[in-house]
Amino acid sequence: MIEGILIGIKTALSLQNLIMVMIGCFAGTIIGMLPGLGPMTAIALMIPITYGFDPATGLILMAGVYYGAVFGGSTSSILINAPGVPGTVATSFDGYPMAQQGKAGKALAIAAYSSFAGGTISAIFLLIAAPSLSKISLSFRSPDYFGLMILGLTAVAAFSSKGNFLKAMMMCVLGLMLASVGQDTLSDIPRFTFNTMNLSDGISFVLVVMATFAMSEALTIIIKGNDPSKAAKQISLTDLGSIKVNKEETKQMAATIPRSSILGFIIGVLPGAGATIASFLAYGMERNFVKNEEKEKFGKGSVQGLSAPETANNAACSGSFVPLLTLGIPGSGTTAVMLGALLGFGIQPGPRLYQTNPDIFWSVIMSMYIGMVVLLILNLPLIPYIARILAVPRTFLIPMILFFSVTGIYLMSFNNFDIFLMIGIAVVATILRLYDFPMPPLILAFVLGGLMEENLRRSLLISDGSWSFLWDRPLTVIIMLTIILIVIWQVYRSFIKKTY
Amino acid sequence: MKINSVKIISLLFFILSAFYLYTAHQIQVFAFDEGAPFNAKTFPIYLGYAGMFFSGLKIILPDQKPVVVDYKYLEFKKTILLVLTMVIYGATILKVGFFLSTSLFLVFSYYFLGERRWRYIIIFSFPFVAIFMYLLHGMLQVYLRDPLLKFIGIMG
Repeated sequence: MIEGILIGIKTALSLQNLIMVMIGCFAGTIIGMLPGLGPMTAIALMIPITYGFDPATGLILMAGVYYGAVFGGSTSSILINAPGVPGTVATSFDGYPMAQQGKAGKALAIAAYSSFAGGTISAIFLLIAAPSLSKISLSFRSPDYFGLMILGLTAVAAFSSKGNFLKAMMMCVLGLMLASVGQDTLSDIPRFTFNTMNLSDGISFVLVVMATFAMSEALTIIIKGNDPSKAAKQISLTDLGSIKVNKEETKQMAATIPRSSILGFIIGVLPGAGATIASFLAYGMERNFVKNEEKEKFGKGSVQGLSAPETANNAACSGSFVPLLTLGIPGSGTTAVMLGALLGFGIQPGPRLYQTNPDIFWSVIMSMYIGMVVLLILNLPLIPYIARILAVPRTFLIPMILFFSVTGIYLMSFNNFDIFLMIGIAVVATILRLYDFPMPPLILAFVLGGLMEENLRRSLLISDGSWSFLWDRPLTVIIMLTIILIVIWQVYRSFIKKTY
Repeated sequence: MKINSVKIISLLFFILSAFYLYTAHQIQVFAFDEGAPFNAKTFPIYLGYAGMFFSGLKIILPDQKPVVVDYKYLEFKKTILLVLTMVIYGATILKVGFFLSTSLFLVFSYYFLGERRWRYIIIFSFPFVAIFMYLLHGMLQVYLRDPLLKFIGIMG
């Protein structure tokens, strides 16, 4: 492990990778700050650029964008009460009231310190957990992987869709359907290509992610008439006040950060849970931990109320890398995008990743520490200037996003068909978004589609066509029972509980 | 059962799944693979059934949380104009070239979204695209097809 850590440090500290972390954190902060645009959009916009680098550098850049976007989301939550991502909604509960009291600088500093501490502590957990879990997961077989993938999809559908379980499951199926277009990997038989050469290689992952996130988010902002520049006028973006945190506030944060980090990391590891649930749970937990007089301050600018969700959402981000790096199964939409990018590099994450590509495995983990430090050093003094980006009018913002999306696809294929297909998917995704059909399950399913089919193929061939592989091994049985429990709980929550 | 937009979308998804299932059955597999436990059409067939199952449930079961979309506040005109601009951009990018088509796309998009400050419109279109092209083509050596600039002699 020590050798691996040293390899990781060496790779992550190379000049090129250090620059990439800085660019990633900076670009992620700016994109994440814009309301409506979250880490997935930020990473999606970066994918075409990363293909010009080696895999370790590309992944380090994307990881930097991820943390940066989460941090940027907090900034818009605090300054204009418009969370860039769902994971920072809880941040606005106390961050925005604090900003209204003329303490915007302080609120941003508390968020930055908490994010740094949460991210760093959970990166240590990741350092310990990832290699151990990799060793355990070597004993996983095809039926277990197939079960885990269904569990991942079901969990994402259950936890990330705000009560729209059936809609989320429909999106999962749609994602799997899109993934099945193109030649069959084993027999090379064309499927759903409708005799079009353009579809014979399947639909590009970058195309789907750009269409369903970057482009459709831009179109959704227009169609809803949601004007971020109007909201930005709520508080002054030029005078944010002092960023100094006093002794009393530091003491309060010191008590909150460890417990929120542990909670955030555990929630982040679970498939489907992610930063949103982690931040809400941490906020609720913190409210129960504090004294009654402090409890009264929650929702009115409490330091602990701001620190807890900020710590937890960053800890969850690091935690979400555990299933991705050790099992090759992403637990969230954002890590699904990263998995897609890794597959594009020709790298299959999983239990053997840290043996076959130790430089990638360890450098990503090491880059997390560096990313946290960069975020703190770079963003804290620059916040008063970065915050002015929130005032960029959507009349310029939206065309730029559309331009980068179309250009991203154009540069990859030099093909009109792909651009038209992307526009078509984006229009459909925009309509679906209007009616609360969630997009993360679609992306997760699209990325997992090929792997799922491969593992189902192996499982069915080994068991000679019998579905008994689902209950032959205790591990598979446990996974299947968990899936059944999630489904029953969802049905109970959606229908029975409301009826009686 | 109340018919609303979500039910209509679910019905369309049901039809799509049924069509997908029909197409999955039409996939031509090798003769020796026909009776195999798993072939190229097995997974798509399961997907077709899954799609019909979930969308069918969505159609039949009552909506616990009906989505209310107020069409009054939706900006259809701007959105359609922007989508059409993108389609034209996609259609012309190869023939007209990256520089002109991208610059015009940006100009029209800014305008359609309500921007009237021409100074900014011009700055963030033609010069912006030129700088972007220089970074990509000139510095990062990323090939950008542009017959127009080639004809003028600016690009090699």
